[in-house]
Amino acid sequence: MLQTKLEHIQTTKQYQELVESGKKFAVVCGRMGPMCIPVYDVMDNLKSKYPDVTFLDMEFDAPVAAETIRRLPETRSFSGLPFTVYFRDKQVVAATSSIQTKQQVKEILDAKLKD
Amino acid sequence: MDPQAYDVIVLGGGPAGLTAAIYLARARLSTLVLDTGSTGGQMNLTHEVANYPGVASTTGAQLGQVMRAQAEAFGARVISQAELGRLALDGPVKSVEVEDEGVFTARAVILAPGGAPRTLGLDSEARFKGRGISYCATCDGDFFTGQDIAVIGGGNSALEEAVSLTKYASSVTILHEFDHFQAHPWAVEQARVNPKIRFLLEQTITGFEGDDRLTAVTSVHKRTGEAVRVPVTGTFVFIGYVPRTAGLPPSIRLTERGEILTDELMRTSVPGVFAAGDARAKRYRQITTAVSDGTVAAIQATEYLSGEGTPATGRSV
Repeated sequence: MLQTKLEHIQTTKQYQELVESGKKFAVVCGRMGPMCIPVYDVMDNLKSKYPDVTFLDMEFDAPVAAETIRRLPETRSFSGLPFTVYFRDKQVVAATSSIQTKQQVKEILDAKLKD
Repeated sequence: MDPQAYDVIVLGGGPAGLTAAIYLARARLSTLVLDTGSTGGQMNLTHEVANYPGVASTTGAQLGQVMRAQAEAFGARVISQAELGRLALDGPVKSVEVEDEGVFTARAVILAPGGAPRTLGLDSEARFKGRGISYCATCDGDFFTGQDIAVIGGGNSALEEAVSLTKYASSVTILHEFDHFQAHPWAVEQARVNPKIRFLLEQTITGFEGDDRLTAVTSVHKRTGEAVRVPVTGTFVFIGYVPRTAGLPPSIRLTERGEILTDELMRTSVPGVFAAGDARAKRYRQITTAVSDGTVAAIQATEYLSGEGTPATGRSV
């Protein structure tokens, strides 16, 4: 399990239930590495500013990642950790590869997940 | 008491800033650390730290977490991911504006903003970030197992990471802008004897090619003008760091490289403003030297506030 302050997605069932719920959520799929830790930190920091968005993480090397995030068409060309995927209304609305700044994450949240 | 007023504000939460905070808070000065990223700074980019005295082996991120916990245990407040606004450093009371947090004031400020990895600044570089271009071999090396890749740079990081990437890649082409390397001779030798590594020297990188993913890096030989195209699916960029000093007021004197000028007591050109760590003009940049800077800056700031120190006129800077 990742040592972050985010909620963890640990099973495919949990992931599918989240998608099917139609909720707005962002998943950071990575390891406890130098490019991933700052993104977990950014997401944790933004929780209070985006109360209607759920921020979660997923361990890149766990089976759940191989069955879900890593299999998405949106992440097929990715080769930099973490993979960050944003969902809304059961759809992927944005996806990024590699480290992102707080500003970059906010721009996506504002553009894709704000009402 | 104004909850936004502190004795000292430390700008930066890397080893220099956190060390300063530990010393300041332990001296019972109210201390606020504002970090625009994740605490730990560039330590977070170091997978293994094996030369920090007293610690046999750790990761940079773990070391940063311990330093932050130490600072907080002594009473310092640490805000990470802070979005800084206006800095007013010239008067006896300094102020720092932070989005969503308001304006903080202090009688002394320690600048420890650190550095950021230098990028090539090419449009195509941004386009392929995370789709072939990476800045972290330990993070992304395994995506390129059995593939041909490039490393750009000629310092220790570039040469050491090139060798490390041969664990995964079929071949590693090192592209470097000069005809010699800045890396230590032993690092160069390790790369030279590795059969998977080849060198292209005196190259100016001109761009990256591909559709969804990177397929090639292009360059031009600096002397002959010969165009070079290297087919690769991955490129790792290790071309040094730039100091994060762009937002500092003009009263803080910088070198032409943007590094903060200080004297040996870490005093800048502005009274009551000190600097520490990688953003300071100096020769060596290690976690240990950052810790040293932070210690000196904190002690000097403490003396400045107590009125016992040498007046921080900045004349010697």
